Amino acid sequence: MKILEINNLSKQFGALHVLRDISIRVDKGEVVALIGPSGSGKSTLLRCATMLETADSGEIVYLDEKAMETGPDGRAVYASSARLRRIRNYFGLVFQDFNLFPHYSVLKNVTDAPLSVQKRDKREVQEHAGVLLEKMGLADKAGAYPYQLSGGQQQRVSIVRALAMNPQILFFDEPTSALDPELTGEVLKVIRGLAEERMTMVIVTHEMQFARDVADRVYFMDNGVIVESGSPREVLEHPAEERTRQFLMRYSQG
Amino acid sequence: MDNLLFIQYFTDLGSLMGQLLGGMLKTLEIFVLTLLFSLPLGLVVAFGRMSKNPVVQWITKIYISIMRGTPLMLQLLVVYFGPYFIFGITISASYRNLAVIIGFVINYAAYFAEIYRSGIESMPVGQYEAARVLGYNRTQTFLKIILPQVLKRILPPVTNEVITLVKDTSLAYAIAVTEMFTLAKQIAAAQTSMMPFVAAGIFYYIFNFIVAAGMEKIEQKLRYYR
Repeated sequence: MKILEINNLSKQFGALHVLRDISIRVDKGEVVALIGPSGSGKSTLLRCATMLETADSGEIVYLDEKAMETGPDGRAVYASSARLRRIRNYFGLVFQDFNLFPHYSVLKNVTDAPLSVQKRDKREVQEHAGVLLEKMGLADKAGAYPYQLSGGQQQRVSIVRALAMNPQILFFDEPTSALDPELTGEVLKVIRGLAEERMTMVIVTHEMQFARDVADRVYFMDNGVIVESGSPREVLEHPAEERTRQFLMRYSQG
Repeated sequence: MDNLLFIQYFTDLGSLMGQLLGGMLKTLEIFVLTLLFSLPLGLVVAFGRMSKNPVVQWITKIYISIMRGTPLMLQLLVVYFGPYFIFGITISASYRNLAVIIGFVINYAAYFAEIYRSGIESMPVGQYEAARVLGYNRTQTFLKIILPQVLKRILPPVTNEVITLVKDTSLAYAIAVTEMFTLAKQIAAAQTSMMPFVAAGIFYYIFNFIVAAGMEKIEQKLRYYR
């Protein structure tokens, strides 16, 4: 079952083509890794998919609902705000720098949107949050404020915050890039756990070993295009394209 | 003898404070009403200043520029005498009290607007983006996520303005509103004595001491997060 489909997505910043004719499809339960050098357009693709950035042309479809398409004049047409609001419910996004709400406790960070946006039942939301925090090893942090937590803990809270909305698909934008090396492990472990539960995920990452372990499919991007895609074995171990080989080589050299 | 003079001195001061009491209440009234109206009005002006509509943006920019660029005393005079000199409307004596509040409110709203604006613009974009992805609408995002954090950030400059306001109330004498400083001047002239000014100074100092303590309390209350 298809959760997300992006067709021929393009975006320009001035004269710079950040995304050219990008097409991606993510099925239910699939874990997709987006890799590539900085400035290759991976993050912009994620930001377009989560509608933080508007694309110039192409098509974005969640489940059976079109979030955007190209109009007859060749320019992007976005769905009505009511529909976009509904579509936003389908996905969650974990930011590189967490973006937790500093004035809310951990529990409130996690429960506020389900309560005030989704208008769900208070008891159900709190129970759900409790289960998720417990699962992420944060049960004792419910009353803490973000500044009292380590980076790894903050990122796990932001994962819980996204999961509490019951998304169909979860996006990660370099979830460990803002963390000290000794803290990346605990966050990757959590994401690995979600992969084992068949949570549908799209992960922008620089952690090649991690991508190899958890991804069902890897997309390698460079200069705004998808250079190649396939299983981690294909893309990471036997890349067909010279650009991919060069990137991986540079990467393994550190 | 010295001792007696000393006591005399303070009983004088005491009775002076009593005479000044009416003026103190007026000062307090100007202070409270100015804050009551200028704090919310400042937020409206700040929105105008940040508006995407160039006309609205331009108008608020000029308004703020005039309010900050001309003396408050002059603004009070214009608000009070303006209706007569510009429109030929006869000014009633009671308009004086209204004029002083209008003058202070429009002046302070301009300053508060710039403080709000700087606070709102200092908020990291990530807070808006996180709220957007979680589905908060614009009003929710502003009221639940942005404003509480902005208030904490702008508290120190707001405290500065509030303390300045306490002292600025004395400018009301320009349109003969008998707040405390006006009274102090009258008594000083009648008695040819410095003492009324000393009393006035003590009053302003205590007033501001309380204001500063109150603001510090609020700051402490907001220190539960960083």
